[in-house]
Amino acid sequence: MAKKLPEVDAVLVGMGWSGSIMARELSKAGLTVVALERGANRVPGEDFTLPGIRDELRFSVRQELMQDPSQETVTFRHGTDKQALPMRRFGSFLPGDGVGGMGTHWNAMTYRFLPSDHSLRSHLTQRYGKKSVPDDMLISDWGVTYDELEGHYDRFEKLCGLSGKAGNIKGKIHPGGNPFEGWRSAEYPNKPLKPSLAGTMFEAATKELGYNPFPAPAGNMSAPYVNPEGVRLGACQYCGHCERFGCEANAKSSPNTTLLPVLAKEPKVDIRDRCYASRLVYDKAGKKVTAVVYVDLRTGEEYEQPAGMVFLSAWVFGNTHMMLHSGIGQPYDPKTGKGVVGRNYCHQVQSQVGVFFEGKEMNPFMAAGSLGMVIDDFNGDNFDHSGMDFLGGGYIALNSTNARPILTRPVPPGTPRWGSEWKEATAKWYRSSASMNCQGSNYSSRGNYLDLDPTYKDILGRPLIRMTYNFTDNDRRMSAFLTEKGAGIAKAMGATHIAANARKGDFDVVPYQSSHNTGGTPMGTDPKTSVVNKYLQSWDAHNLFVLGASVFPQNAGYNPTGAVGALTYWAADAVVNKYLKNPGHLMKA
Amino acid sequence: MTEALPRRRFLIGAATGTAAVTVAGAFAAPDLAAAQPQETAPETKSAPKPETTAAAAETPEYIPEPMQVLTATEAAFVAAAADAMIPADDLSPSGSECGVVTYIDRQLAGAYGAGARMYRAGPFHAAVPGAGNQSPLPPLEFFRAGIKAANDWTKATHGKPLDGLEPAKIAEALKTMEAGKAEFASIGSRPFFNALLTMVMEGFFADPMYGGNRNMASWRMIGYPGLPATYADKIDAFRGKRYDVEPQSIADFS
Ligand SMILES: Cc1cc2nc3c(=O)[nH]c(=O)nc-3n(C[C@H](O)[C@H](O)[C@H](O)COP(=O)(O)OP(=O)(O)OC[C@H]3O[C@@H](n4cnc5c(N)ncnc54)[C@H](O)[C@@H]3O)c2cc1C
Ligand code: SF4
Repeated sequence: MAKKLPEVDAVLVGMGWSGSIMARELSKAGLTVVALERGANRVPGEDFTLPGIRDELRFSVRQELMQDPSQETVTFRHGTDKQALPMRRFGSFLPGDGVGGMGTHWNAMTYRFLPSDHSLRSHLTQRYGKKSVPDDMLISDWGVTYDELEGHYDRFEKLCGLSGKAGNIKGKIHPGGNPFEGWRSAEYPNKPLKPSLAGTMFEAATKELGYNPFPAPAGNMSAPYVNPEGVRLGACQYCGHCERFGCEANAKSSPNTTLLPVLAKEPKVDIRDRCYASRLVYDKAGKKVTAVVYVDLRTGEEYEQPAGMVFLSAWVFGNTHMMLHSGIGQPYDPKTGKGVVGRNYCHQVQSQVGVFFEGKEMNPFMAAGSLGMVIDDFNGDNFDHSGMDFLGGGYIALNSTNARPILTRPVPPGTPRWGSEWKEATAKWYRSSASMNCQGSNYSSRGNYLDLDPTYKDILGRPLIRMTYNFTDNDRRMSAFLTEKGAGIAKAMGATHIAANARKGDFDVVPYQSSHNTGGTPMGTDPKTSVVNKYLQSWDAHNLFVLGASVFPQNAGYNPTGAVGALTYWAADAVVNKYLKNPGHLMKA
Repeated sequence: MTEALPRRRFLIGAATGTAAVTVAGAFAAPDLAAAQPQETAPETKSAPKPETTAAAAETPEYIPEPMQVLTATEAAFVAAAADAMIPADDLSPSGSECGVVTYIDRQLAGAYGAGARMYRAGPFHAAVPGAGNQSPLPPLEFFRAGIKAANDWTKATHGKPLDGLEPAKIAEALKTMEAGKAEFASIGSRPFFNALLTMVMEGFFADPMYGGNRNMASWRMIGYPGLPATYADKIDAFRGKRYDVEPQSIADFS
């Protein structure tokens, strides 16, 4: 029997970016908040220090900061006619774990989605006609528009102290920034990072080709920064140990460096680490959630935490899992197309273009998580899709993120993987190579979804989440197009060798692609096709809000977290200024 | 064959095609009298040098270490494979000389080898493309089974365990496994080869505190400076220029 605890105003499940932002906003409104986090507490000054933090094997290869698959993993199959098998180790994506979540060990490339990404279906059907969107493509509008979100993007960027260059301030185009971006109310809080040689070469080549390069918006501080919460971040050291690591210099925007120092001092916020939420207690008739059941992993004891409001901030799989396992909302069925929970699951269709420059010293280890130059000319609907056989696109970037030698030592195509020839090539090209990333969108498809696995269980005895997923023809065509553009840039850069690898064939859970999974609890304005409304409020429980990329109805050609941050502030604003005044459904079904 | 040979001999051995046999021998009978690793001169630590660090010249003599879990047969197999994958040449000493066997032994002896951070519940099914490894075995047992299968196969095809073959034959046998064409009983030769290659490369490139990458041989080979990796004051100054320093590892800061 779970031990029942005294009721609090709000319980959050998961303490990554979305949980931390919401906890802060609720605490400002004076509420009592309990945050449950299954992983350990993480304190940068203790846990992310020299020299141990530079251990590639421990943090990057063995993935110490990520979710432990022996506790919980995901099962996977390419289609409903296949047997789903558990991912026995994580590969293609790396779920977070611990206070700060994935935000402790992300790269911090922090983009805004295009205005058209937020209103995708309306935009495409207006521009290309109703028939332009195939029947099995489930893309939809978010329900909230870019204009409504702009101020919330701005808040997140200032919280993070992003380094970058604006391209569009209140409608005025500024040279050196991204001319395709939605309007922004202000310049970035920090100036761009110092470029790498590869970045300057990409910039020159893309300009020559008539494209519009700009510095990647970076949550790595180009200069020390004090955020609006009064928390100080240090200057980035270009250490090349960003993604998969915590930051030793306190220079990477993360929940731990921007918000947790403040939350730790809030008497009304109680962060319970190593506490694994197993389910929500759902009052179906009353259309509300009454409590969260969790296990304290230190003792094994089970607790029931009653709350006035519940926030799911357990990332894509955790959020969807919790809804399905708690019986909230109708599970999606790909055969009938009915039901919503698990619908619109997407990932990112990424491809790489490796570039090699004979004799050039590129110092690839002098790098930062988001150091890069980008073009947006082929993202979203920034280019005319008339007569094309696909929708979507992505940015193309030359990122100088790292050259840690266990995992990053490129050799030209055709080189053997071992032996004398491999050694010679590795010694020759390690310092003279770079990589471009084509950050392809992924538009939701009828056959791609999440549900509960009928066979495999996690350590709490719950069914694992099952992912049924594959790339679609639209994805492969988009990737071929984008990768070819990348190869064209590589040529213009004068590369000696080019390794352009468009995404082909079937999705594979082994090679790392990105942790930009989205969907499962899509947002929208119609409860028949969405799990939450435009304020991220559940249609089936008015005191339940779902945060994070699980609410994206489709994924855009960007890293997701800028939009996650903006949406969390947007939802917090609705909770504090609308819901608390008049608890109930904020939108009519 | 009963003594660890000095480094020069390894290089000559590599050139004449007998290195792997020699290393397997060294594994069977370590020579404890061999020299200790040299210390790096502290004044060369941070100052960029104009010339490439000569990898071979500074590498201390190779001393095999005691094994924690690998049997003599298994260690000899791993040494033979590591030396074919990373042959000794002007760029670096061989894989086993760099401590790759020690690295693999320690990894397999520890939490990783026991299957930490791996979902191990059944039911089990054969692996299908795209869904990753499905073997219920933790890495230590997986490697043991793989080494046995590989040695059984070379015994059947060439009359000897892998480490008993000539270097050219070792490379040929490994290539056959890499292509998945070696007919192992019960375990796929390709997944085994891939797991082995991954571990060998980890041992060669990981921080030396794990037992491989002795004297940061691989870091010298490619020009990776290691720690402390603080380049805010260097990224501008060295744009397009070689940043050539004596590499440093975690031990140098501990
Ligand atoms: C290596 C890497 C690099 C990345 N780089 C970028 C980048 O450059 N740009 C970008 O935009 N995005 C990047 N991302 C993605 C980005 O980190 C995430 O989008 C973002 O941090 C997600 O925040 P979140 O709060 O939604 O989820 P998370 O940070 O995943 O937080 C969810 C938390 O919930 C906890 N949890 C889950 N289930 C339970 C449960 N049942 N009970 C209790 N707690 C639970 C988890 O332990 C976790 O801490 C990267 C991700 C990774 C892994
Ligand atoms: S690259 Fe910069 S922000 Fe990232 S971990 Fe290193 S110092 Fe921190």
